[in-house]
Amino acid sequence: MWCLRRFRSVPVVIKATDLTMTYGDKTVVDGLNFELRPGVVTGFLGPNGAGKSTTMRMIVGLDRPTRGSVTVHGKYYRDLPAPLQEVGVLLEARAVHTGRSAYNHLRAMALTHGISRTRVQEVIDLAGLTEVARQRVCAFSLGMGQRLGIACALLGDPQTLILDEPVNGLDPDGVLWVRNLLKALAAEGRTIFVSSHLMTEMALTAEHLIVIGKGRLLADQPITAIINSAGRALVLVRSPDAARLRDLLAGPDVVVSSSHAGELEVAGLTAEQIGQVAFDARIVIHQLTSTKASLEEAFMELTNEAVEFHGGIVTPEEAA
Amino acid sequence: MTTTAPVISPTPGQRRVLVEPVTQRRVIASEWLKLRTLRSSWITMGLAVAALALLGLLIGIITNSNWNHMNPARIARFNPVDASLGGVNFAQLAIAVLGVLVISGEYSTGMIRSSLGAVPKRLPVLWAKLLVFGAATLVLMEIAAFAAFWLGQAALAGHGTTISAPGALRSVIGTGLYLTVVAVLSVALGFIIRSTAGAISAVIGLLLVLPGIMNILPQSWQDNVSPYLPSNAGSDIYTQHPDPGSLAPWTGFAVFCLYAAVAVVISAVLLDRRNA
Repeated sequence: MWCLRRFRSVPVVIKATDLTMTYGDKTVVDGLNFELRPGVVTGFLGPNGAGKSTTMRMIVGLDRPTRGSVTVHGKYYRDLPAPLQEVGVLLEARAVHTGRSAYNHLRAMALTHGISRTRVQEVIDLAGLTEVARQRVCAFSLGMGQRLGIACALLGDPQTLILDEPVNGLDPDGVLWVRNLLKALAAEGRTIFVSSHLMTEMALTAEHLIVIGKGRLLADQPITAIINSAGRALVLVRSPDAARLRDLLAGPDVVVSSSHAGELEVAGLTAEQIGQVAFDARIVIHQLTSTKASLEEAFMELTNEAVEFHGGIVTPEEAA
Repeated sequence: MTTTAPVISPTPGQRRVLVEPVTQRRVIASEWLKLRTLRSSWITMGLAVAALALLGLLIGIITNSNWNHMNPARIARFNPVDASLGGVNFAQLAIAVLGVLVISGEYSTGMIRSSLGAVPKRLPVLWAKLLVFGAATLVLMEIAAFAAFWLGQAALAGHGTTISAPGALRSVIGTGLYLTVVAVLSVALGFIIRSTAGAISAVIGLLLVLPGIMNILPQSWQDNVSPYLPSNAGSDIYTQHPDPGSLAPWTGFAVFCLYAAVAVVISAVLLDRRNA
């Protein structure tokens, strides 16, 4: 066992063990176990109210777990001698005094760790805030505030970045900037833990996903595995002779449904297999399309049970 | 704004940014910068200095010009030292408000999350805020108190006194000391209550309203309890000749310090335990 641990190629950076947070009688985070490894962008996905922000706040010691623990390089965040060097954090809610300029905010943060003015100017330039750094933060747009938060997270050149909804409020330009930044940081071997409720954003940036719902762990897998396990790969077939094809395709593991005349939705067979059957029976095919479950669908399937706030379904009769 | 691929470290893997461990001294440097870089600090501190120094001058001028119309009883009761330090009541309001804002401003804006994220041991932030704001108050309020005394005595001219009068020097220095403890008490209450409005109400209630409420109580209670109320005990240090019923100047000041110390201990325990 000891040997196995020693030869494991990538060390654990952040480790949550039975992490639980209860506010009154409401359990927000419920027995989470996960590990984060370096060099990977790990997405943290879950519907609103799933406990993502609370989990992140517990990692950086702002909230104290009711039960269980979370460590950074085997230590509690609180016990790190220079926390900004280990973990850079951007929390969803703004964490800047609005009466201070961006430059002075970063200077105040830097002074706690003896970080130079040069580095402060560097992260200002990096975040694209050079022009506005001397303005008071109350004049900042949401996007500029996010950029300042990211600049602050990068201040100590940390090995690990924890970002809660970093693209929130950013313009397309800014979204692209964050995406490139995260990839560049992960390529340098850093650990990136980024939360979002936008699946499409996760699909573009993350390689690994941790999915939670109602505070519980739903999945902890590479993003491709999550999409594949969602299953339900369907093949859409259009044919003038759909009825005959349907009979030919029938089999024990095959489900064929039809919503329009001349159209079939086939589950359990690949497009190649269907094409072969049709060719052998000399049936004309107009369309043969494989549809894979999107990350969005995979996510919906995973969290279906665990959504905190369900929108009611309005039927036409009710609406009328 | 730029979308070019960012360069975080030109030589990945090598530590290029020099980062040092968090120490109490570094947290103090950070808090000192925080205090200096807010407009409200300058405005409120300016108001406190102006209230203390200029009211001393104003009271001196008005008294001097009215001297011949004042009745003998008032003249007998007139105390040139206390008169010149009359601005202390206004100055303490400004100091209390700023002391609360030093921390409640961080809670209202969310800044506290950044502060405690950088200093997760938390208590160094409390000590640094107390030290920085306490020291700034002590220096500025001592200067303002001496200015108030000199300006006041100059304006009183022949009716004034000198710093060598018994209790005069102690009263002037005591004014700055009292306001410094008000500063400490306000920062501590700010940490305890966290909301600006709530904490300011608490400080003002404790210092200004509580002594007034005492008047409803029976006389014997008043005599026994009143001298020990925070602002009553604290005021002895900046009064040339405290009332016979009140505590001796330094005893009163010690009692006032004790209140502040209790508030600081509570704030330290709560800061350590609560979720930020």
